[in-house]
Amino acid sequence: MMMEIIENKVGKKILLLGNEAITRGALEAGVDIATTYPGTPSSEIADTFSKIAKYATKQNKDPGFYCEYSTNEKVALEVAAAAAFSGLRALTCMKHVGLNVASDAFMTYLYVGCKAGHIIVTADDPYCHSSQNEQDNRYFALFGSAPMLEPTTPQEAKEMTRLGFELSEELKLPVLLRTTTRLNHARGAVTFNKLKKPRKKGHFEKDPLLVTTPNTARIKHPVLLEKMKQAEKISEKSPFNEVINIGTPKDFGIVTSGVSYNYVKEVSEIMDLDVGILKLGMTHPLPRKMCEKFIKSCKSLIVVEEGEPILENQFKAMAYDIGSNVRIYGKSTDHFSRLYEYNPDIVAEAFSKIFKVKNPFPKQMQPKLKLPSRPPTLCPGCPHRATYYAVKKAAPKDTIYPTDIGCYTLGKAPPLETADLLLCMGSNAGTACGLSVATDQKIISFMGDSTFFHSGIPPIINAVYHNHDCVISILDNRTTAMTGHQPNPGTEFDGMGRQANLIVIEDIVKGLGVKHIEVVDPNNIKETAEAYKRALDFKGPSVVVSKSPCILLEVQRMRRAGEKIPVYTIDQDKCTKCKTCIGRFGCPAFYYADDGSIHIDETQCNGCGNCVEICPVDAISKKEGKK
Amino acid sequence: MNRKTSIVLTGVGGQGVITAANILGKAAVRAKTNVYVSEVHGMAQRGGAVNCTVRLGNVSGPLVAAATADVIVSLEPVEALRNIMYANKKTKIITDINPVVPFTVSVGGEKYPNLDDVYKEIQSRAILFKIDALKIAKDSGAAITKNIVMLGALAAADVLPFKSDVLLETILGNIPVKYKDINKKAFNGGMKALKDL
Repeated sequence: MMMEIIENKVGKKILLLGNEAITRGALEAGVDIATTYPGTPSSEIADTFSKIAKYATKQNKDPGFYCEYSTNEKVALEVAAAAAFSGLRALTCMKHVGLNVASDAFMTYLYVGCKAGHIIVTADDPYCHSSQNEQDNRYFALFGSAPMLEPTTPQEAKEMTRLGFELSEELKLPVLLRTTTRLNHARGAVTFNKLKKPRKKGHFEKDPLLVTTPNTARIKHPVLLEKMKQAEKISEKSPFNEVINIGTPKDFGIVTSGVSYNYVKEVSEIMDLDVGILKLGMTHPLPRKMCEKFIKSCKSLIVVEEGEPILENQFKAMAYDIGSNVRIYGKSTDHFSRLYEYNPDIVAEAFSKIFKVKNPFPKQMQPKLKLPSRPPTLCPGCPHRATYYAVKKAAPKDTIYPTDIGCYTLGKAPPLETADLLLCMGSNAGTACGLSVATDQKIISFMGDSTFFHSGIPPIINAVYHNHDCVISILDNRTTAMTGHQPNPGTEFDGMGRQANLIVIEDIVKGLGVKHIEVVDPNNIKETAEAYKRALDFKGPSVVVSKSPCILLEVQRMRRAGEKIPVYTIDQDKCTKCKTCIGRFGCPAFYYADDGSIHIDETQCNGCGNCVEICPVDAISKKEGKK
Repeated sequence: MNRKTSIVLTGVGGQGVITAANILGKAAVRAKTNVYVSEVHGMAQRGGAVNCTVRLGNVSGPLVAAATADVIVSLEPVEALRNIMYANKKTKIITDINPVVPFTVSVGGEKYPNLDDVYKEIQSRAILFKIDALKIAKDSGAAITKNIVMLGALAAADVLPFKSDVLLETILGNIPVKYKDINKKAFNGGMKALKDL
């Protein structure tokens, strides 16, 4: 099948995910290089580049661009920035917390500026659907002085990406494209513009001002402030900033941006309001004159924005500057929250209070019946479950389990309960060091293979250098599983589909000076438990590399190879209902029948067979294969 | 053109809820109907409760307000009730009848409710249609086509602003040739099951 997303048909309309639309927009701008570290909700931007590259490679064609899954967001930004310095158009995408990692490069990059266009996508996650916090990265635009665009729909995401490159080149500054989960993971119709041919190779022109010594920085900071003045002028004329009237606006004006605009528009229409809506797409710097004019046109302003009161505070400041006594409703008046995601109900509830009219939507009525919760869980057959089960067998009761960001965080849930502390990517080993100093408890920390390469190495060096007594585990499932199975430096092929120089984790660990290293297959639970016992007995830092591919990849491989996936069954005569399989191992493929007997759901079982090893009465055995 | 259609698709991670929502969105584009779809990715996908929304017609975004869904399609009975806040008395709720018991029941001591109680509450708040989609999917040739069976049932529910053929064509246009027959059977089976109720 031809990939629709790379068809060069002007006017063609297809359904695209917000993230795919960003990739399309970049292709229409002739992007040369795309870099990332995967993270929900940003992942499909780079995944789409990677799919296109692999598709081209398969057909012996040149995709025209280069893309890579870099080791972390900071590296991703540096790789792309270097290309932009050399005259190539670049895109870097990451989740919101990724920009924390990249911020060291980001803050000074703005001083230096770029030559060719560079779009930096930050995918924020209000409500923390898949994140450890809901920080509002619009502050980064204010913090570092970056021009910022905020799309409301997939179509607009495509257009902002395409035109954002021109904006970036006009200002010689990277542009922050700020999205949220409801944009990244919303689908909508997108109309194609022409694809642009990439330049492919640039040339690096030497310039002393590219070296940010204190002297250069002092020269470059005022240049950045001047650029922001120029950006404000562009913002005044930006097609992305506009006033949209609903009914016949009289006293009330609404200021909004991003996906909140969708709720404002629909709710205003349903409630028959007479309002002017200032829809801001270029939200930094704000079009000051346009905003002041809008403030003057109303008696009351409502600011609708998810997250922090960033527009609200700026509008208050502008109202003060022009001596307006406009009433401003928003977060400071408690009509809107700084928490979580907005939706039509939340906007309607606030509007009903402000306009003193009835909320058109009934109150959300939850089910009366108590329903069982259904949180995400480690898949049946997940090798992490086997590792955790073995660890629990080996470790004393009071052991602390610092964990990290990945599927394995799900070990937090009962019955495994192997996640006690988590801050951010790589924090497992750093906190393990601290806990070894602060307590006399045993410590076993966990990180995944991709996390190890991302930011797990420096804390291991720290543990070695200071001889911290802890066990650091690397759960190597041969992929970056949680975000959608992206490659990492430990996998055979890179994002272009090319053979890569695979890096063996235990070789690095050895090179870091770790004296006690165990490499285990977690599917051999007994040996894994023994390895952990030895690691716990070792005084000083030890590392256990638990290596087994993600079961989803394994099942996929077997299906493609035409191999049968085994199914396991419980001999009811032998089963003593000791509940080891359910109550301790916690495989979700196991269930109780109404009579209390225990069974395996064949549709869920992925055939790992670890239950055979853990059953104390040998009641579980392999049945014939399925599918 | 003022018509809006709001659809909630729900189920358990791995059942093909997102795929179904995506197909529905593609069918809308094919039928030249304005459409927005919202999805869940990442951590929420790992065996958890999944909910996607599809909105068609004169709409500005993908999210469905409380009690405004025209139809809720659920691939699991408890998940149908979990999304009842989107329903009003006129909402059609089409659900498969085969429970997927969450691990919180087996491990955490929570209770999976009696299905009659689940259906009773749904019936008191909306219009319920129950079908054995799993059986229809298996009879069609693969249990994995349960989501397609549910799309067939949706196509027969008289809520979509475009013809069922558009939906079937979209399904068949998005899968390899060797699976077309199974999916066609599944879709038609779902349509028939709903019409026969």
